[in-house]
Amino acid sequence: MLWGVCLLAALTAVPLLAILGEVIFRGYDQLSWSFFTEPTPTAYKAMKAIEAGEPIPGGIANGIIGTMIMLGMAVVVAVPVGILCGAFLAENSKKRFAQVVSYLTDLLQGTPSVIIGIITYVWVVVPMKGYSAIAGSVALCIMMLPLIIRSTEETLKILPASLKEAGLALGGNKARVMLKVQLPAAFGGIFTGILLAISRVIGETAPLMFTALGCSLIRFSIDKPISAVPLLIWEFFNDPNLQELIWGASLFLLLFVLTLNLTAKYLAKKWNQ
Amino acid sequence: MESVKPILEFKKTCVSYTKQTMAVKYVSAAIERNTITAIMGPSGCGKSTLLRAVNLMHNLYQNIRVDGEILLNGENILSMEPIDVRRRVGIVFQRPAPFPTMSIYDNVLSGFALNGIRLSKAEKDATVERCLRSVALWDEVKDVLNKKGTFLSGGQQQRLCIARALAMKPDVLLMDEPTSALDPIATKHIEELLLELQKEVTILIVTHNMGQAKRISTKSMFMYLGELVEYGDTETMFLNPSDERTRAYLTGKMG
Amino acid sequence: MNDKIYRVILFIAALIVPIVCGGVIYALVTDAYDAFQHFGFFKFLTSSEWSYTEGAEQYGALPFITGTLMTTLLAIIFCIPFSLPVALFVGEYFKGTKVAAVLSTVTDLLAGIPSIIYGLWGFYTLRPIIMALNISPQGSGILTASLVLAIMIIPYAASLSAEFIKMVPNDLKEGAYSLGATRAEVIRKVVFPVAGSGIFSSYVLAIGRALGETMTVTMLIGNTNNIPVSITSTGNSMASIIANQFGEADDLRLSSLIAIGLILFLITAAINMVGKIMIKRARIA
Repeated sequence: MLWGVCLLAALTAVPLLAILGEVIFRGYDQLSWSFFTEPTPTAYKAMKAIEAGEPIPGGIANGIIGTMIMLGMAVVVAVPVGILCGAFLAENSKKRFAQVVSYLTDLLQGTPSVIIGIITYVWVVVPMKGYSAIAGSVALCIMMLPLIIRSTEETLKILPASLKEAGLALGGNKARVMLKVQLPAAFGGIFTGILLAISRVIGETAPLMFTALGCSLIRFSIDKPISAVPLLIWEFFNDPNLQELIWGASLFLLLFVLTLNLTAKYLAKKWNQ
Repeated sequence: MESVKPILEFKKTCVSYTKQTMAVKYVSAAIERNTITAIMGPSGCGKSTLLRAVNLMHNLYQNIRVDGEILLNGENILSMEPIDVRRRVGIVFQRPAPFPTMSIYDNVLSGFALNGIRLSKAEKDATVERCLRSVALWDEVKDVLNKKGTFLSGGQQQRLCIARALAMKPDVLLMDEPTSALDPIATKHIEELLLELQKEVTILIVTHNMGQAKRISTKSMFMYLGELVEYGDTETMFLNPSDERTRAYLTGKMG
Repeated sequence: MNDKIYRVILFIAALIVPIVCGGVIYALVTDAYDAFQHFGFFKFLTSSEWSYTEGAEQYGALPFITGTLMTTLLAIIFCIPFSLPVALFVGEYFKGTKVAAVLSTVTDLLAGIPSIIYGLWGFYTLRPIIMALNISPQGSGILTASLVLAIMIIPYAASLSAEFIKMVPNDLKEGAYSLGATRAEVIRKVVFPVAGSGIFSSYVLAIGRALGETMTVTMLIGNTNNIPVSITSTGNSMASIIANQFGEADDLRLSSLIAIGLILFLITAAINMVGKIMIKRARIA
C-alpha cells in the first residue's frame, strides 16, 4: 500500500513537469527584447513573414501593458475594500449580517469566472456602449475581492486577542488599534493573500474575452478595448498565422504566475515563524 | 479619625457574563493612593474579572454587564467614555504582549500613537527614557531601541509593557498576574520594581502567588466565588485572617 | 464617536459583497428572462436543439448540461486515484516531512497554472496521444477535456483531504496499532471512517471547481452542439458554449447563453454550499 501511494502521488508531478517542460522548450527561444517591447503583428504581416521563411515579427507588449493596467486598477480598488470588509468580518464574526456576508463571499469565490465575465458585460460593457480596460478591471476586481477578504479575515482572527486588548487598554479607539496594531501584525498574511489573488486572476481569460476584448495596439486609454497576455494566447491559439507566438507568451505568463505563487508561499512561511 | 480620600472605590460592583450567573458579586472596597493592593483567591473566583472591570475591558464583549459603581477620584467610570478611563487606568496582562511590529522605542510611545497625540522628538526621547528608567530597563536596551520589542526576554518584555502603561501617566496601574509567565529571577525584578513604582502610581495586582502578595502588597483582598470575603492590611490578613475561608486558602487547604 | 465612524466605514465596505452578489443574480435573471419566456423554462432545460438560422431560432440547454455533467463526473473519477494517494502521502505517511512539503509545492504549482495553459498542453500534447492510441479520431472530446480537468482539480481535492486526514487524532490510531493493526488497516479502519466526511466534502468542492472551468474545456471538448453519446464524442459544456458564442451573440441567442450562465451559476452555488456546510460539520465533529 505504501508503495502504491508513493507511486501514484509521485505521478502527479508528471503533468507539472510535462507542462513546464513543453512550455519552456517550445517558448524559450521566442523570448527576446522585441518580444517584450513590440505589439502583436497583424495576421497579414505574420503570413508574409512565414512565406518568406522569417520569424514572425512583433511581440506581446500590448498584452503585458494591458494586463498591468487592468490589474493595477483592480488592485487599487480590491485591496482596500477587501481589507476593510475582512476587518468587518473579523470584528463582527458573531453577528448575523457578518455571517451572511461571509457566506456570500464564499458564493462569490465559487462563481465560475465565465459568469463574472457575463455580468461585467451586462453591468459595464453594455452601459458604456463598448469593451474597455475599465470593464476588464471590474471583472478582475470582483474575482480578487473574495480572496483578499478571506485572507484578511483569517489572518486577523488568528492574531492573539491580547494584542487588540493591549491596544484598547492604552486608550486607543478601535480604528487606531486596527490601523496601528492589528493590521501591521497581520500584514504578512494579508500581503500573501493579495499576491495569491493577483496570481489567480492574472491568467484569467474567459472574463476578459467579454469585457476587455483585446486589441493589437499598445494602448494606455482605459475606456477602449485593450489586450492582456492570456487574451493574446487565446488569439494565437485561434489564428494559424500567429501560432508561433503561443509558447513565448505562455512561458512568460507561466513564469510570472508561478513566481508570484512561490513568492507568496515563501513569504507566508517566513512570516509565520 | 482622619481618612484619606480613596483614589479608587468599588461600590457594590457586580459583573455578570450571563443573566443567571454573576462572576463578581457586590464588591465594595476603597483603595488608597500609592499603595499596592493584592487580589487573591482560587481560580475562577472573579479576581481578574473585577480587575478588568476597572479598565472597562468588558465593554469589548457583548453580554457582559457591569453593575454598581466604580469610582475613580470620586467619578463613576462606568458612566465615563472608555477611552478616557483607559488613559487614566493602565493595565498589564498575564502574558507580555509588546506590539510585535513596533520597535522598543515605539512600543513605549504606543499609547500616544493610539490616542492620536503627537509629541516632539525631544518629548518622545524624554518619555522613552523616563519610562524605561522607571522599569529599570533603560540600561539594558538603550542601544537597541530600534529593535523589535519581541526580541527581548520574557521578563524584559513584561517590563516594556509596564513602561508602555506608565508612559500615559496613569493614576492606577492594574496588573493581571504579571509574573505568572516569568521565571523566578524575572519575577523578583518585577516585584522590586513594583515596590519602587508605588511612589508614583496606585497598583492593583491580581496574583496566584501568596508569597508575592505578602512580599509586596500593603493591602490584600481575598475573593471567593465572586464575593469579596476579606479586605485589609496584608500583614494582619496573613497573620490572623478573620474569615475561615481566607484561612483555608492561605494555609493551602483550598485553592 | 470615532468608533461609530469606523464601524460605519467597515459596514459600508462589507455591504459591497451582498451588492455584488445581488447584482450577479439580478443581471443573470433579468437577461435570461427573454430566453425562458420565449421557450419556457422546462422546455429550455430539456431541449437539445441549438440552431441560430434566422427565423427558426431554437435554443435549448440540454446538450451543454449533459456535457458539463459528463466532463465533471469523469474528471472526478480520474482525479480520485491520484488525489487520494497525495492526501495520504502528505497527511499520513509522510506528515510533516520534507518530501511531503515538496509534494505540497508540486500540487500548489499545479493549482497555480492558468487554465488556458492547461488547455494548450491538452491540445498540443494530450490530444495527439489520444489520436495515436486510436481512442478517438479527432482527439478532442469529452474524454480529453475530462482528463485535463482531472489534473486541474487534483490540488483542490488533495490539499483539503490531507487537512482532514491530518486531523485524525493520534490516540485513535495508536489504539489501533496497539491492537496489532498494520498501517494499511489503520488507514482503512480508522483514518478513512474518521476523516471520511471531510474527504468527501473536499471532492464536493472539487466538483464545484470542475463545473465552471472554462478555457481548458473550451479548447479540448470539440465544440459541437449535440448531446454527447459516448465519452469519446465531442460536445460543449455550459461554460464552453458561453465562451465560444458570447462574443458573437445577440438578442435571443445572447439571452439563451445568459440563461445557461444562470443555470451554471445555480448549480455551482448549490454544490459549493453543500460542500461548505459539509466541511463545517466535518470540522466540528
